[in-house]
Order: sequence, then C-alpha cells, then structure tokens
Amino acid sequence: MHEFGIMESALQTAAQQTRAAGATSIHWLKLRVGRLSGVDPEALRFAFDALRTGSPAETARLDIEEVPAVCWCQDCAGEFETADLTYQCPRCHRSSCELRRGRELELASLEIS
Amino acid sequence: MCQECGCSRPGPFAVDNCPYDPTAHAHGPIESHTHFLPDGSVVTHSHGDEAASHGHYHDAGAGRQVLQVGANILSGNNRLAEQNRGAFKALKLLAANVLSSPGSGKTTLLQQTIVALAGRLRTAVVVGDLATDNDAARLRKAGVPVVQITTGTLCHLEANMVAQALERLDLRALDLLFIENVGNLVCPASFDLGEGLRIVLHSVTEGEDKPLKYPPMYQSADVVVITKMDMAGPAGFVRELALKNLRQASPKAKVFEVSARAGTGMAAWCDYLVAARAAAGR
Repeated sequence: MHEFGIMESALQTAAQQTRAAGATSIHWLKLRVGRLSGVDPEALRFAFDALRTGSPAETARLDIEEVPAVCWCQDCAGEFETADLTYQCPRCHRSSCELRRGRELELASLEIS
Repeated sequence: MCQECGCSRPGPFAVDNCPYDPTAHAHGPIESHTHFLPDGSVVTHSHGDEAASHGHYHDAGAGRQVLQVGANILSGNNRLAEQNRGAFKALKLLAANVLSSPGSGKTTLLQQTIVALAGRLRTAVVVGDLATDNDAARLRKAGVPVVQITTGTLCHLEANMVAQALERLDLRALDLLFIENVGNLVCPASFDLGEGLRIVLHSVTEGEDKPLKYPPMYQSADVVVITKMDMAGPAGFVRELALKNLRQASPKAKVFEVSARAGTGMAAWCDYLVAARAAAGR
C-alpha cells in the first residue's frame, strides 16, 4: 500500500507539467502500470480520489493502462506474455530471466486547458 | 490509511533517532539532457526549474491540449538510487538490499552472517523499521556499525533514506553493506535503493507458495535464502515444492538453504557473499 505516495508524486508531476504549459486544469490523466510494478491499480484509484481535491486534477478522469509482463525467450528468439507471472515460455517450456515489459510505472499523458 | 500494512503517505523519518530535515540538505543540480525535436531543433536543458519542464503538444480542440509526458513516477527515487549505486561502485562496496515478510529471520541471519564473515569482509548494516531500534540493538551486539532508520508510517525504505544513513558510516572502511528493509513482501519491491544485490528471504514456516503469491518481489531477487531450515520438519515444509515454485517465480535467483541458528548452510552462503563482493570490486 505505497500507492498513496506514488499517486502523490504522479499528481505533482502532472501539476508541474500543467503549470509549465500555462494551463490551470487537468481533464484526464493516463498512467501506465506494469503488472510487475508492485503497484495495485485499485489502490491507485483510491489514492487518486483522496488526493485530487484542491489540485489541478480535482475534476479529472483517471485512466490506468495495465501493461502485461512480457519476457524474451532466447531459445525461441521471441517474446511471450507471462499470464500467471511465472516465466516459462509456452513454446519450449524453458524459464526466461529477461523481463522486457511489466515493470512500468509512468505518467503517460494528460489533457489540460 | 492502510489497515493491512499500516503505511500512509511518506512522512517524516529519522536516522538513529535524529529527525531528518529536508530543508537542511542541499541537493545537487539535476543532470542536463538533450532532446531532438520533430522539427529538427535540439534543446539541452535541466529540470532545475519548472519553466524548463516540457511535453510534446498536440491540439485537442476547445482550447485543450494533450501532453505526452512519459515520466517515470518513481524517477525521483531512481535518480537518488543511481547516486547511491555510483558511490558504492566507486568505493568497491557491495550493497545488499535484504527483503522479506516480517518475522522470516532477516535480523538473525544478518547477525550470524556478520559473525561468520569476521576477518573476511568488513560489514555494516542499515536497518529500517517503522518504529523502535530493537533490530539495531541486536545487530550492534555482532560488533559492526549499525544505523537505524525509523520510517514512521512508511512501509518500505526509499533511496533518500539510505543516502542519509550512509553519511553516518565510514564507507571506505567497509566491503559489504547490508540494508535490512522494512519487513514487507509487497511495497519494497518497487523501490530501488542503489543496491548491487537483492536478497529475498523465505522462511520454511511461511509455506511453499509465497513466491507465487508475491511475484514482483521474487522476480526482482538476485538471491533467495530459505531460512529456518532446522524447523522444516516441524513446519511440514515441502522442500521440492518450494524449490519448484521459486524456480517459476524467480528463474534467475540463486537459492541458498540455511539455518542461522543451527549453522547449516552458512559456510556456502558466506563463501557466496565473499565471491560477490570480489566481483563487485572488479
């Protein structure tokens, strides 16, 4: 449950970007959250509702894009998605150590005016 | 706010009972960087002031615009973690972030490891807890420098807390620094502290399926130490199943099976740390 601090820092960045563009309000903001980021989207929404008051994002919509965990299999020279968060290639059943996507935690975009 | 793990927004923390005052600490300028814009122009700047912040602008109609930001939300922590990592590398010091759920034996393993490494590696510990310095007091008995970070309500250590704690240690006189994180298998996984080695503990009394229940933590581990092996029988620990689950959740991790109290497996574990320190110093 560290999502409170993470949402606070996302809102700070969003507010800085908004001010720097000469705007005052945020209409929506989009976060990208990897399945292995260790961050729970529902807890982020809860934190957003608690923190939005008094910020430029007070009436904003929060969109969260969940990024699947994707590994690279060296033997098959291809990517595979780890549905159950174990790292076995569905083609050759070897375990992969190379995680290519799934740790993302970023403020992707926002709409402002 | 959280009833499960007791954490809330990052608040004040203390290092060896001295409250940390962020206003008393000067931060260096953030590195400048260069952008190549679509119109061919090149802009070099730093984010030292807000006016230099930027996005790529597109019209969204009705006086609105969409900013493509693409900013890592943890970039503040990650930047400080890289500074810590740079300091460790320059000093040929191996820093190990030690993580587990509460009560799986971090402090006991570190006590016994420090004693066993005496004469081979010069060690110190930075230990994080929400409150009390009980763990620091236990570790000091092993005769090495210990710095306690009390996080207040925060459920994990962050890179700036470690940076503050480092100021209290003579890093040049060390080979191996253990950073004993707050007992928690969820939140600390997201926070890089600048460590060179991430060690996750799994005690036999926790059963066999923790690796499958907490994938981000186990995926990030370089090493997994199965602790309390002397209690495997009474706990009904099914070793083969636990190892299978570990291999699935943590394919890159090296696995050790130890009992810090009985001493089993400690020699191989300590040899590994000596070799890892030597590799870090190269």
